[in-house]
Amino acid sequence: MEIHNVILQPEERSRDVPDDTKKVPLEAWIKGWALEDGEIGQEVEIRTPAGRRVKGTLTRVNPGYTHTFGPAIPELSNIGKKLRAMLREGK
Amino acid sequence: MPRDLSYEAVMKRRGEIMQKALGIEYSEFIRTKIAFDYEGMMQKAGYSLEKVREIQRETGVGNTPLLELSNITELVRRTSKKGYGARICVKDEAANPSGSFKDRRASVSIYHAKKMGYPGVLAATSGNYGAAVASQAAMRNLPCIIVQEVFDSRHVGQPEIIEKSRKCEAYGAEVVQLTVGPELFYMALVLLEETGYFNASLYSPFGISGIETLGYELVQQVRERYGKDPAYVVVTHAGGGNVTGTARGILKAGAKNTKIIGASVDLTGLHMASDHDFNRKSFTTGHTGFGVPFATWPDRTDVPKNAARPLRYMDRYVTVTQGEVFYVTEVMAQLEGMERGPAGNTSLAAAIPLARELPEDEIVVVQETEYTGAGKHPQAQLDFARRNGIEVRVGDPRENVPGKSIVIPEDFSQLHVTEVDLRRLKRSYIRNAIEKNEVKEVSGEEIRFLAEDTKESEEFVKQVLEDLGVKVSAKAF
Ligand SMILES: Cc1ncc(COP(=O)(O)O)c(C=O)c1O
Repeated sequence: MEIHNVILQPEERSRDVPDDTKKVPLEAWIKGWALEDGEIGQEVEIRTPAGRRVKGTLTRVNPGYTHTFGPAIPELSNIGKKLRAMLREGK
Repeated sequence: MPRDLSYEAVMKRRGEIMQKALGIEYSEFIRTKIAFDYEGMMQKAGYSLEKVREIQRETGVGNTPLLELSNITELVRRTSKKGYGARICVKDEAANPSGSFKDRRASVSIYHAKKMGYPGVLAATSGNYGAAVASQAAMRNLPCIIVQEVFDSRHVGQPEIIEKSRKCEAYGAEVVQLTVGPELFYMALVLLEETGYFNASLYSPFGISGIETLGYELVQQVRERYGKDPAYVVVTHAGGGNVTGTARGILKAGAKNTKIIGASVDLTGLHMASDHDFNRKSFTTGHTGFGVPFATWPDRTDVPKNAARPLRYMDRYVTVTQGEVFYVTEVMAQLEGMERGPAGNTSLAAAIPLARELPEDEIVVVQETEYTGAGKHPQAQLDFARRNGIEVRVGDPRENVPGKSIVIPEDFSQLHVTEVDLRRLKRSYIRNAIEKNEVKEVSGEEIRFLAEDTKESEEFVKQVLEDLGVKVSAKAF
């Protein structure tokens, strides 16, 4: 499962961050194996792949990945066709 | 007594934590506030080229193929003046175990961590380096933590960064995913102190000496195949390690006349630590947002003295636009049959106009490719850009505005580079060396160091110091 923690509150952050970043906290998400039962939103403890025990708010159970290759982009779709035709013509 | 984990307290312990986590005694090499023995540090704290090759052979790193891009070369010649258009070759670094040249960089650190008996390794990076460290750590069976900057405050991350997290987790690493901000290093320090792990810093002599094999190999491969040295080697530049390590390897191979050209995606105007700007860029590395600040002040990292010093080695520095890199990524797939990721294709986008400057019998080497996949693909990145309010259209790449529009070229002949004034960056580096070290007077040794560190003459350095109103101590003459 995945847990969430606020690492630094806005007022605890580095003085070097830009103004928009200074308004928000520094947050962290870590995945690992549950050491106790819990429900989303509750505080739980996990063991991470590196073996650390970390407590935090449970955000996801069996978290996966949803990033993709994206939809077709019309602005890219003619590039190959056009250049291959150009190469054929020149020969 | 519990540790004080406030930002200020941890940053105050930084020197001590780093010393333990890296085991390098930097004070041995430091001469004055400004000057230090760079070569001494590289030789004593790093490993020799021969030893690095041996370490890399153990984990299947390096010895990647050099491929000639014949269809692209043909198009370059058709869009050049008669007799011009150098042959373009690419070093297929995607063939490394985790899919990029970063395996070279990680290999030496992980070997060293294991040898020194550290209980694990840690790296703070949002890039391919995380995957490389995780992969090398898996091979040598060391626990691994990767600290990454992934999300903005809405918990939204660029598809490319999400993919980079996934890859680290696939190799069995613990990934600490953070929101935007320079406190990535704070988090790394907290964890290094807690775990006693080795800091697989991107900027240690271990990391940089690991890249030297790349430059060395490519010179040997070009010589073997074409009987000459490459005229240009084009290197995607961000934090400066890629340029530094590659150039050092090229020099070790004896290719003294080869020009080292750094290339970055132009992201001028976007602030790298800004929560708002974070997801308005379509590149996570190889861009000017890292390239310029790391060149003008390398010692901004997690080590006292950065081993990556790009101004020592770069002969030219050029930029390309985001749209041009996406265009070239498509060209690489459709004309050369190689689907590769964004960072390597950045130097390829620059190499095309650069090859037009040279006669046909010269060689231009694009020094790396990287793997691609879900999230890294142009379709994923352009879709994400559109959803974040960026205009994507076909047109003249010169109309590209970072953070506002991405212009995909209409035609191959439009690919171009913009020259960055290197002397301006060198002046700004010298100003930083004065201001950050708070010095009022500069000695002869320091002038010599600054000249070496900028690949310039002592006269150039003295002139810049004079313009800055800095006193040159009498002993200097
Ligand atoms: C694949 C790839 N190429 C190039 C670079 C740039 O290297 P450097 O940061 O050493 O300049 C990076 C990392 O940032 C990368 O991951």
